[in-house]
Amino acid sequence: MLTFKNRDILSIKEFTKEEILHVLKVASALKKKPQPKLLDGYVLGSCFFEPSTRTRLSFETAMQRLGGKVIGFADPNVTSTKKGETLYDSIKIISQYADVIAMRHPLEGAARRAAEASEKPIINGGDGANQHPSQTFLDLLSIQETQKKLENLSIAFVGDLKYGRTVHSLAQALCHFNSRVYCVAPEMLQMPEYILDEFKLSRIKFSLHSELEPILPKVDILYMTRIQAERFGDPAEYEKVKNAYVLTAAMLKGVKSNLKILHPLPRVNEVAPDVDATPYAYYFQEAENGLYVREALFGLVLGKF
Amino acid sequence: MTPQELLVSAIKDGTVIDHITAGRALKIIRVLRLPDHKKVVTVGLNLPSRAMGHKDLIKVEGRELTPEEANEVALLAPEASINIIKNYKVTKKFKVQIPQTIERVVVCPNPKCITNFERMTTLFSVKRYGTVIKLSCKYCEKIFEQEEIKDYNL
Ligand SMILES: [Zn+2]
Repeated sequence: MLTFKNRDILSIKEFTKEEILHVLKVASALKKKPQPKLLDGYVLGSCFFEPSTRTRLSFETAMQRLGGKVIGFADPNVTSTKKGETLYDSIKIISQYADVIAMRHPLEGAARRAAEASEKPIINGGDGANQHPSQTFLDLLSIQETQKKLENLSIAFVGDLKYGRTVHSLAQALCHFNSRVYCVAPEMLQMPEYILDEFKLSRIKFSLHSELEPILPKVDILYMTRIQAERFGDPAEYEKVKNAYVLTAAMLKGVKSNLKILHPLPRVNEVAPDVDATPYAYYFQEAENGLYVREALFGLVLGKF
Repeated sequence: MTPQELLVSAIKDGTVIDHITAGRALKIIRVLRLPDHKKVVTVGLNLPSRAMGHKDLIKVEGRELTPEEANEVALLAPEASINIIKNYKVTKKFKVQIPQTIERVVVCPNPKCITNFERMTTLFSVKRYGTVIKLSCKYCEKIFEQEEIKDYNL
């Protein structure tokens, strides 16, 4: 029997394959059949020590669509953190008001620290460059619903694989599902060694590439990411690579018919607008799936499933 | 008396930490808070060693290292051996052992790690890859090689 009641959701690494599949099952069920009374009387503490409008709205909407209420803050400047209060103390207080806390924080490990202060479950909505597990669940849900399975799929990660938090977490989760992984990035932004080590340990087949086009016909899922200018010390280096991975509709001739394109959003110019109208674009539905995944996580940690 | 004989000459009661990876003795002295020790502490740096080429050595008069302290030494000098001296004789001799977890002592090298901002205890789990030792921070989940650890909580 899987038990999620009172559990903190901090890092995708802490979930077994069975647990991941269970979260996805609950999320799909909620997508098909809304449960507007499920969390009637419950309160979410929505604690954004770093602004992130999309993630915050997704968590807060999820709670409200299940009939719960929301308290919290969207901007660290309004909290006593500014006055030097520790994260531990802030969370200790808020956990007395709320039944579950969703939080984002600029520092890595902040969610785990918060979990030590709180008797109520903490859901990590991003701690610096470290983890953002609900994003990984929504990526997996999008893969599962478009491919009708998670096992034995070919997936290309494209763009900034070195710093991309969502890339690392999804890559770690895919180790459960015997994927074939293509890493497409400029050399200086390739997948970090520790992720490749995890692939090897899990016997995941992978390869590193610098060109996108030859990979396109091979994959079921194309996971695009943004390359950020601030990663480059030398602006000339950025200029060299910034347009190397711009996906356009014209490039999608000859791809597999089941191909779906995912992107954690926001995009800049790595997915051209003309891709949106192709049957392969799935990034907006992917973002919507965040809602069902977050509903599922609330329901699970509050003991409803 | 040559300088080397001076360094290895007997102490009455205390601890000799031998076979310290060359260059690590000063860090060990800080971690063990030896500057606050009221009795004699002798340090040898870059001593010739048959097995190691060069080694460091520390002698602490009037203090017996606890097993926890010996483990802290292991983190910095995995090859080190500890000799407990009583009345000029070695009464106990053992190799240090790397613990599975390290509480408090190590400062996380990740400048964005929460442990560097809150008053809290760090916790690392130790992973061995052959002779390479890596430390994984419980909080930021980053993995570090020993060389990357620069600061210690004293
Ligand atoms: Zn850390």
